[in-house]
Amino acid sequence: MKKQRLLIRTVILLVLGAAVVYTLYANFTKDDIQKVAVGKKAPDFVLTDMNGEQHRLSDYEGKGVLLNFWATWCKPCEREMPYMDKQYQENQEEDVQILAVNIGESNVVVNEFIKKHDLTFPILNDKKQEVQTVYGIGNLPITFLIGPDGNVVNVHEGEIINEQVVIDMIKEIKP
Amino acid sequence: MKEVKCECGHVNPHGTVLCESCGLTLIEEKAQGKLHDMRYEGSARRSQTYNKTIVDKIWNFFSSVKVGVWLIVITLVASALGTIFPQEMYIPTIMTAAEYYEDQYGWLGKLYYDLGFHNLYSSWWYLVLIASIGVSLVICSIDRAIPLYRALNKQRVTRHESFLKRQRLFTTSASENIDASFEKAKENLAMKRYKIREEDGNILAEKGRFSRWGPYVNHCGLIIFLLGGILRFVPGMYIDDMLWIREGETKVIPETNGEYYLENKEFTLEVYDKDKDNEAFSEAIENAGMVPKNFQSDVILYKKADDSLPGEEAKLEQIKEFNIRVNEPLKFDGYALYQTEYRLGELSTMSFTMMNKKSKEEFGELTIELNDPQTKYDLGDGYSVEVMSYFPDFEFNESGEPTTKSRIPNNPAFVFKMFSPEKPEGEISFVAIQQNLEPFGDNEYQLRFSGIETNDVTGLTVRKDLTLWLFALGGFIFMIGVAQGSYWNHRRIWLRRKDDEIWVAAHTNKNWHGLKREISTILEGTGIEEPLDQLQENENQDSEKKNSNHE
Amino acid sequence: MASLSSNLLLIAFILYLVAIPFFGGAIRQKKGLDEEKKSFDKWAKIGIVITIIGFIAQLGFFITRWIVAGHAPLSNLFEYTTFFGMCLVASFILIYFIYKTSILGMFVLPIALLIIAYASMFPREISPLIPALQSHWLQIHVSTVALGEAILAVSFGAALIYLVKAIDHTKRSKSTFWLEVIMYSIVSVVAFIAVTSTFAITDYKASYSYIDKNGYEAEMDYTIPAVIGPNEWKVIEDGTFEPWVQVPGIINAKKLNTVVWSLVVGLGLYFLIRLILRKRIGAALQPLTKNIKLDLVDEISYRSVLIGFPVFTLGGLVFAMIWAQIAWTRFWGWDPKEVWALITWLFYAAFLHLRLAKGWHGEKSAWLAVIGFAIIMFNLIAVNLVIAGLHSYAG
Repeated sequence: MKKQRLLIRTVILLVLGAAVVYTLYANFTKDDIQKVAVGKKAPDFVLTDMNGEQHRLSDYEGKGVLLNFWATWCKPCEREMPYMDKQYQENQEEDVQILAVNIGESNVVVNEFIKKHDLTFPILNDKKQEVQTVYGIGNLPITFLIGPDGNVVNVHEGEIINEQVVIDMIKEIKP
Repeated sequence: MKEVKCECGHVNPHGTVLCESCGLTLIEEKAQGKLHDMRYEGSARRSQTYNKTIVDKIWNFFSSVKVGVWLIVITLVASALGTIFPQEMYIPTIMTAAEYYEDQYGWLGKLYYDLGFHNLYSSWWYLVLIASIGVSLVICSIDRAIPLYRALNKQRVTRHESFLKRQRLFTTSASENIDASFEKAKENLAMKRYKIREEDGNILAEKGRFSRWGPYVNHCGLIIFLLGGILRFVPGMYIDDMLWIREGETKVIPETNGEYYLENKEFTLEVYDKDKDNEAFSEAIENAGMVPKNFQSDVILYKKADDSLPGEEAKLEQIKEFNIRVNEPLKFDGYALYQTEYRLGELSTMSFTMMNKKSKEEFGELTIELNDPQTKYDLGDGYSVEVMSYFPDFEFNESGEPTTKSRIPNNPAFVFKMFSPEKPEGEISFVAIQQNLEPFGDNEYQLRFSGIETNDVTGLTVRKDLTLWLFALGGFIFMIGVAQGSYWNHRRIWLRRKDDEIWVAAHTNKNWHGLKREISTILEGTGIEEPLDQLQENENQDSEKKNSNHE
Repeated sequence: MASLSSNLLLIAFILYLVAIPFFGGAIRQKKGLDEEKKSFDKWAKIGIVITIIGFIAQLGFFITRWIVAGHAPLSNLFEYTTFFGMCLVASFILIYFIYKTSILGMFVLPIALLIIAYASMFPREISPLIPALQSHWLQIHVSTVALGEAILAVSFGAALIYLVKAIDHTKRSKSTFWLEVIMYSIVSVVAFIAVTSTFAITDYKASYSYIDKNGYEAEMDYTIPAVIGPNEWKVIEDGTFEPWVQVPGIINAKKLNTVVWSLVVGLGLYFLIRLILRKRIGAALQPLTKNIKLDLVDEISYRSVLIGFPVFTLGGLVFAMIWAQIAWTRFWGWDPKEVWALITWLFYAAFLHLRLAKGWHGEKSAWLAVIGFAIIMFNLIAVNLVIAGLHSYAG
């Protein structure tokens, strides 16, 4: 009887304790939750680049994809663009694709930006803002590293501060 | 663990003060005083009787009402602290929170921010406080409800004399014909809807026992409510997003997995009109200047009808047309869209006329879609304009170059190249609102600003909350419990034969005044005397004593 | 119709005022009689009849104003506070018929009067509803809250009677001090009403230019002489009264000025009363409570909390949450008014636990009822006027 009481009390306290711990943990981590989380399948999309070519994400399965979201008025985006472009040129033979998605600015603005920075890699334009909605984009820039299986390997929030970071990223997603 | 056997033969749990069955005092030192403390019927509160292992200690800590009350008081004070300055979610986003609090409220504001009070209600310690209240609710309820249930269920009709004597309402009266008195009393009790139990010729009349369960029912409601709070942290249960749509635009609704689209046909802001609206308002409108009357978005909800991918042109099927207003959200498939924000008069197009500066002769007009300008506008007859640069939200940066702050055309500026038969190589001109620069010397032609069109933008909150039903259920059960405990009373009247006397005692958990009035109607015509209020007797004696001291 | 409406309020006010002495008369009459058994006393009967007529007049005010405005008159501080006063009278009438205690009228009616007079110091024009308020939940939520708070306020009235009677006035103590603090607070409300109405009658106006908290120049109009001036004030017209003190930009000088006026005039008034009575106000009131049994007022106070608490929960939390979910997209948002409703609720929950489980009866319980009422008043006055939030339109 006495043992039984101790058991019941222990069980109730454990259940309550677990609920409290879960709540606290969830409260601490609630700001870090990415909509497209690491390990999950990266949502598929179809976008046209500034040369009129269509890109479907699932077509790149088997390759690693570095998916960057940016805008012309975002200073860190402007700084990191050349690093990605350079690595794009160096890795053209490899099974890696670099895609930069503009968040839907006008063609005039995007083209001028491409010209100014002499960018050669595919710049897609999310005119209808559907892709950024699906990916839950808030602050720019943000870069998703997608493995050959189409799953998100890593998410890099904020600026890519030097070329080495891009090199490391490519290593992470190379098949 | 020793169980206690009472004189009457009933076996009580360890720690029982008053025998569950007959009410005899079992632990004399806990039942001192002229009147019994009837709060938990003198039952054994388990928490108070075992205190050995760490589990018992934690249990006993949360089982204490004193601890519970302290938790409530601390939470109350903490909550009040959070209202001294606005919480972070209510401050404008013109600067960072750290700067804002210091800027607005000085060193106190800085302290407030440093202590984390700007996000007090989601701080870990506030959550711990609320969680502790939750734990306390569960344990207190378990610890009290079970013994109380035993005590009320095991009670006998014939109570021990000492128990009756120590009730607040008690008296003895001599009677010639006890049976007749009892019959009459029973009749009256039944009329007042008492449940009557008899044993050895004694009576126990009881009503409203269920009101004793009110507190436990309302605690259950609160626990369910708190569970709703936990469930909200589970991903996918709660969605809070924002959707900005320009008039005429159709956009995918976030968090719907690309399933639903919304078209904004028109946004309307109405204000009260002194002359057209209710005359009675005219004074108030005059004093306030402008009083908004309506914020409304006329929208069409679509559902995607094919399996197109994001970015592709989707086939849309119209679901419904709706006018979203404040207090009238659009609801569909567990989602709700609320009218919460708006931007009026966002620029949508700008028109220019190409003109010879000297002759003032005009050579056609161009209208630029500010959200998607073309690169070239052909005006015919060899006249055309090329957009070289476009800055939707123009400003000069630190190095003096023109840049844009955002993609929203708040302050559009252009670098144009104007072609004309006279100047086939083109003339460059920089055009912004009320600015027209000619960086490479005097031009022959100019683009004269000739008009704008604007567009309203509506800001809708996208909400999905799969936890609401739990909160509603918890709130509902709480209200039932609290009403049950507050608006009904548990009343008991004992009538006992003692030789030639009738002993009457009565107890209620509250509203003694009502009980006294009820007893006086019940005992009318029975020849039984009304029980005396022993508490008031005490009070009178006390005040007499007090008065005599003063004299 | 609009003028009929305000006349009805005035009539109600006067009737409540007239009813008070009758309840006083009833107390004297009862001397030496057995209170419990005695049926309605003549004086008390007249008093309660006048009160009920007053209540009907105020109900008339409410209904006519509703008809004129086209919406329930519960949308600003004036309307809410008068309604609160009306609910307080209704609760008093109800409790009076349960317990037949005329003394309660002597304490609750003056509080109701003060509340209605206080309400009249706010802008009284009929205002149109902003979109957030255009909902049936306005009536449902606001009226239930007012009713709940009014019933809780009755517990304050009863607690006051308890304290006046139970405290030993022959010697100074903490209890007598705090009781006088309550009396002084009430006197200060009277002072506020007196000061505001006096300057309103004389149509006093003074304007100052000043630098607001964001560093911009602005103008502030005072309707009572500015003892406290705004940040870096300058008089606009010559001959305007010059403030004695100036406060930084983040403090609303005009409101602080009103508070200071009320407190200072209240203090003067309080000492004047003391001078006339030659004893503490509490001690002077004690003879009125002679015939009432302590345990009965304690029970009235407790029952009012028991009746009022569920009503307050329903109106102030449950209905509030339902409406907030509809109007503001979420049922709870930690808006100061919401938080103070939660604080009120937590406080009365603690009160009930202390009473039920810890046996806090009598004087302790009475002090708690006083604190509870102070919290309600804080939420009604300070949160609307001082702490800005989503509910601030109600000011």
